Amino acid sequence: MNFIYPEYEIVRNHEKCTNCGICKKECANEAHGFMESASKMTCDDAKCVNCHRCSVLCPTKAIKIIKSGNTYKENTNWSNKTINEIQRQAESGGVLLSGMGNPENYPVYFDKILLNASQVTNPSIDPLREPMESKVHLGARPKKIERDTDGKIKSNLKPQMFLSMPVMFSAMSYGSISYNAHESLARAATELGVMYNTGEGGLHENFYKYGKNTIVQVASGRFGVHPTYLNSGSAIEIKMGQGGKPGIGGHLPGTKIVGDISATRMIPEGTDAISPAPHHDIYSIEDLCQLIYSLKEVTNYTKPVIVKIAAVHNVAAIASGIARSGADIIALDGFRGGTGAAPTRIRDNVGLPIELALACVDDRLRDEGIRNNVSIIAGGSIRSSADVVKAIALGADCVYIGSAALIALGCHLCRTCHAGNCNWGIATQIPELTKRLNPEVGYKRLVNLMTAWRNEIKEMMGGMGINAIESLKGNRLMLRGVGMNEKELEILGIKHAGE
Amino acid sequence: MPIPSASPEYTGEDDLMLKEGQIRITSGCAVSGIISKSGKRMSGEDIIKSIAVMHDRSNGLGGGFAAYGIYPQYSDYYAFHVFYDSPSAKKECEDFIERHFDIINLSKIPTRKIKEVTDEPLIWRYFVTPLPTKLAASQLDEREFTAKCVFRVNTSITGAYVFSSGKNMGVFKAVGFPEDVGRFYRLEEYYGWCFTAHGRYPTNTPGWWGGAHPFALLDYSVVHNGEISSYDANRRTIEMFGYKCTLRTDTEVITYIIDYLHRKQGLTFDEIAAVIAAPFWKTIEGMPQKSRETHEYLRIMFAEQLITGPFSILVGFDGGLMALNDRLKLRSMVVGEKDDMVYIASEEAAIRIIEPQLEKIWAPKGGQPVIIRVEGGNQQ
Repeated sequence: MNFIYPEYEIVRNHEKCTNCGICKKECANEAHGFMESASKMTCDDAKCVNCHRCSVLCPTKAIKIIKSGNTYKENTNWSNKTINEIQRQAESGGVLLSGMGNPENYPVYFDKILLNASQVTNPSIDPLREPMESKVHLGARPKKIERDTDGKIKSNLKPQMFLSMPVMFSAMSYGSISYNAHESLARAATELGVMYNTGEGGLHENFYKYGKNTIVQVASGRFGVHPTYLNSGSAIEIKMGQGGKPGIGGHLPGTKIVGDISATRMIPEGTDAISPAPHHDIYSIEDLCQLIYSLKEVTNYTKPVIVKIAAVHNVAAIASGIARSGADIIALDGFRGGTGAAPTRIRDNVGLPIELALACVDDRLRDEGIRNNVSIIAGGSIRSSADVVKAIALGADCVYIGSAALIALGCHLCRTCHAGNCNWGIATQIPELTKRLNPEVGYKRLVNLMTAWRNEIKEMMGGMGINAIESLKGNRLMLRGVGMNEKELEILGIKHAGE
Repeated sequence: MPIPSASPEYTGEDDLMLKEGQIRITSGCAVSGIISKSGKRMSGEDIIKSIAVMHDRSNGLGGGFAAYGIYPQYSDYYAFHVFYDSPSAKKECEDFIERHFDIINLSKIPTRKIKEVTDEPLIWRYFVTPLPTKLAASQLDEREFTAKCVFRVNTSITGAYVFSSGKNMGVFKAVGFPEDVGRFYRLEEYYGWCFTAHGRYPTNTPGWWGGAHPFALLDYSVVHNGEISSYDANRRTIEMFGYKCTLRTDTEVITYIIDYLHRKQGLTFDEIAAVIAAPFWKTIEGMPQKSRETHEYLRIMFAEQLITGPFSILVGFDGGLMALNDRLKLRSMVVGEKDDMVYIASEEAAIRIIEPQLEKIWAPKGGQPVIIRVEGGNQQ
């Protein structure tokens, strides 16, 4: 017996409803039905995940999903959510699972940071009239220049990655998201001149042609990793951790390992794809160093190697170790970063806000004089162009977006990715559902989003009198905090508004 | 009336007003420079005349000069110009200098009492050379050793501030209008082959002498008109290389960037200009292959030394003078030429007043360096 009353309620306006049945067809969770006897549409609130597929597609806008007013007796200690979770565990005996990023009420520091603008003593720059550079390069740099015998500067730079703007699509594996979602990301990255990331599921053979705009990932499961794969992208990312589930691995159920996914991952159909929590050949920093150089050997030192870590309490020391171990780029993933599936307790209770992690890593690398040896990518809930600007001013070279990209593709953040019934055709492998995401439309929406953000970034930079991204990077004087305590300001390295 | 302190820790009578270094003070300004390409020495009279024309571009809260070739009799020695708040600061600083350098000569810097310049600190000059034993023990080259000692005094001795430390050159600066500062320091009595001048228009300052410009380290001096928006990106990066930005002014960070790129990285002044006022990527893409490669390299390698926001700067060095505008040319700057003389100023009038019969006068484009080398100087 299920003790839980549904959290959301499907409200249908029968005056508007024409019984067309689209809602029933569109809902893979079978929340909608048709009662022949009464000749009217029905619904089962218990099956609704609040993904908005029906309400958006309903031709007469007869459906809305609202939060159920049915609530337990008010209790500040025992929230509805807490009680429901206990009920669910009592029923199933299982670890609670969730999708997407941590939704809990922790501070969002980006929302407590304000940007500067020029007045009088320093002119603002109008990006419509003056050049405004959003181009970014990522990669390691040597400490000193070298000259040849004629005195000409020799290029002693390590391999670099060039981006038209400081935003990339973060790792989401083929398997956790659909073929069409991957195609949308790959094509958008190519058109935009940025990168998308394969995630840990390997690279479908049809997507090798987007290699110039691809980061190939190597994770603990090593799915789909082989020399051709490693050489097919512009950079290689070693995934040590993920902000959405620091300290644990991944699990893609066998039901999703079908057809091309099985071939791409190089595992038999129907077997669970289990990524262990640690890499089984990395038990300390020196092992990571060996993997970095193994990957560089395979690719003949032509590609930068990124090491991605979840933001955890001693992130600064870890990042410093990584910077000294041959990594060209460090990707930091904050605790609000999304995930296809994570144990709820891990997602909601482990890790650090990206703003603090980024600030302390940037500081630490500067204190040690090695910040210029590596680039930093910040991810873990970058939600808008303002977040991008703030992250760069705090010290990032570039950001990763995952959830924002999926939202552009149709995701409504119902946080049920782990169920595999994504009505928007993103986090599912069911053919009837995946075909709902048309890559032709999807890639254009991603291009639109990024184009809009690029224009907004340029407007904000111009307002500050800055016309190149590199002059924004680490420029914390352009930031002020509101409503933060001294410790928070100290860690972020910014002043309070009014100072 | 208390003497203003050179130290950020100072908490005197006017401690409600934050000092330079405790707060970032922005300012507008006037700059002027004169150089003889043949190395002909001239008096400081003309540069005072030139900067005086731009009186309205300053507000009396800072003025100063850098003069090159003025100490030929001591050309092998570093000339330290030092402000002291008190005799005890002087004693402590002199003890430090004596422990690290041979002092060949020391004296008060001659000044003239004028009513426009008041509240002066003790102003002393030392001609020094590093003690061979100390230098060898430090495992540093002579210039690095000297620069480190200057930082040491300025960051750790309260009330002492070395504001000039090059060879055969000197900085003279004070709180006041620049033409008054020139008269105060009797600049007309100095003869050099290059002079630069600065009149300051800070938007908020209690007026500390050390905060006036030029800012100098070793033989590099910078006068600057502008307010750079890349300041904190530049500062945080240069501090990673061992520099300490104690004044928190644009001019200070620009000087350190130039010192880093020229002395530590070995870039030429043309290359330095390509870093701090880098051409736009679009422009670089259109360049012939060889220069494209060089420019791409410099932009990537020294991305954090790019300076954005308005500036016009004059950089003095032992081999000449470089004038440079930001890449959008958000500040005025004109260059005039006559015979072997080159004049550079914020306004044309400041050049015409000293040389009405110019052969050539033009405004350099944004990001286009004007580098004037003096015969017999460092040609790099």
